Amino acid sequence: MPDAQSEFAIEVADLHKSFGKVQALRGVSFDVRRGSVLGMLGPNGAGKTTAVRVLTTLLHPDSGRVVIEGYDVVREAGAVRRCIGLAGQATAIQPELTGRENLVIMGRLNHMDRASVRKRSTDLLERFEIADAADRPAKTYSGGMQRRLDLAASLIAEPSVLFLDEPTTGLDPHGRLGMWEIIRELVGRGTTLLLTTQYLDEADELADSVVVVDRGEIIASGTPDQLKDQVGGDLVEFTVPDRTRLDDAVSAIAGLSETPPNVEPETRRVRVAVGSRGSQALVETVRRLDAAHIETTDLALHRPSLDDVFLAVTGHAAESSSNSAPKKRGSRNTATGGTP
Amino acid sequence: MTQLVKQANIRLQPNAFQLFRWAISDALVMTRRNLLVWMRVPAYIVFTVVQPVIFVLLFRYVFGGAIRAPGSGGYVSYLMPGIIAQTAAFATFATAIALATEAKTGVIDRFRAMPMSRSAVLAGRLLADAIRMLIVVLVIVAVGYAVGFRFQNGVLGAIGMVLLAEAFGVTVCSVSAFVGLAIKDEESVQAFGLIWLFPLTFVSSAFVPIATMPDWLQAFANNQPVTLVINAMRAMALGGPQFPLFPALWESIAWLGGVLLVFTPLAVWSYRRVG
Repeated sequence: MPDAQSEFAIEVADLHKSFGKVQALRGVSFDVRRGSVLGMLGPNGAGKTTAVRVLTTLLHPDSGRVVIEGYDVVREAGAVRRCIGLAGQATAIQPELTGRENLVIMGRLNHMDRASVRKRSTDLLERFEIADAADRPAKTYSGGMQRRLDLAASLIAEPSVLFLDEPTTGLDPHGRLGMWEIIRELVGRGTTLLLTTQYLDEADELADSVVVVDRGEIIASGTPDQLKDQVGGDLVEFTVPDRTRLDDAVSAIAGLSETPPNVEPETRRVRVAVGSRGSQALVETVRRLDAAHIETTDLALHRPSLDDVFLAVTGHAAESSSNSAPKKRGSRNTATGGTP
Repeated sequence: MTQLVKQANIRLQPNAFQLFRWAISDALVMTRRNLLVWMRVPAYIVFTVVQPVIFVLLFRYVFGGAIRAPGSGGYVSYLMPGIIAQTAAFATFATAIALATEAKTGVIDRFRAMPMSRSAVLAGRLLADAIRMLIVVLVIVAVGYAVGFRFQNGVLGAIGMVLLAEAFGVTVCSVSAFVGLAIKDEESVQAFGLIWLFPLTFVSSAFVPIATMPDWLQAFANNQPVTLVINAMRAMALGGPQFPLFPALWESIAWLGGVLLVFTPLAVWSYRRVG
């Protein structure tokens, strides 16, 4: 029987899913506390969308168990569908219909009665700032408005667990900020949220806890702050404009930190993890580079972001998994592992 | 407290009656949605209504003078049942294109993550297209009347002809639904539709008496289902000894039933495989 008292709204244990020879998910496990936000972070093809499709009853897992609000996604798919909402890249919006018509149709398909659908649509249009355009065809909306309408459509039946699959991918900065604001407000109302994103600042900004996914596996998890600590605290970074002096720069700062510096040859960017001795190390770096007569630009002290976490754990940058040079973990093939 | 009430509602397993009611109401919501979209897009209206009207005018006035048709109503009376059947068949281009688009963009996925009835996407599509087809058929009949066509076999015959055209269209719809969901690419679907629908409707008794075709083509044209359906429609619309109703009616009903029996499960199967 479902256990409604469980503190977790989402429980995922040892999830596996393959498409032919491609292993999209290789033993994924995590829990999401009721009312909290989990950010699922990873590059394209990491398995995020496959995970969301299994969690929302769209795909059967090969093995493993997923329980949403006490209901098993395979055996009790109907009950799961009645407590979840799914939104993302505005696919549920019918562009020829008006914003209001779109919402009313979604509400009716969630078996709400006419009166509550009408009231709820008006509320959502108001709240998501689409009220002025409510009776215009959705195809006349901006990208940000279409996403907000899509999100509103997924919220029409007041789901207690919401899945957002890359909700800001392709939006302009203004649209992104608007979306963030709405998501924060939602969470304030107690909705449990699972959010997938390729944007590290987005997870940092919105999530209570984060799982970093790469090639179908969770390679790191924790609060955004814990993950940042994992990288080793502060980071001194600088660029060497003269490519031929890059190696000299690296030897000049040798011994500054226990971990070897991270060098990106194509951007000539050098990063040194310096623990909590940030300002001290910065002064030392300037002194040594100056003594070696090495010119630098963009010398800065950097409090780590999730970008650095990804780099540290996977050995490649998150947003360009296919073209960044492997670093700490030797030569892992970074171009494989796509989900269909 | 609302949370508790909601939990109880979710836990409540819907019974068979509830599920059946939802299947009906969800299909009707989807039907309304599809019809609204059709009416909002001028290109769809042009494609589904204006094109058959142009066909009527072209065949009536451009080719009509050169074609000698049996029966007392002249070529226009011979032509209309054929054009109406072709219109119903061509209307299913839109079925295939719409389903292919929905499969490709992921709308169907979104619907599946909702508690709506699993059958509603297909049922709503077929129902909306059946209604759209009926509207178009009635428009074509009206245009036919304006250019000289007359039903010559009474009201029942006229209704029978429209019903058979509708049944034929819905049957072709099941094939198009399967094609659309299997191919999942709107342009390929359109090209494929031309390949099978054009020969089937033109190499039939729709526009010219089959006796004017070469022997080898007559063998096919005389026995293929579109000819049988059109012959039965013509018999109901015009009556008279030149257009016998039997066995064309039984043969076409058997054909339509058979095609439905094969392609409805295929369409459902390819719908399940989407995504």
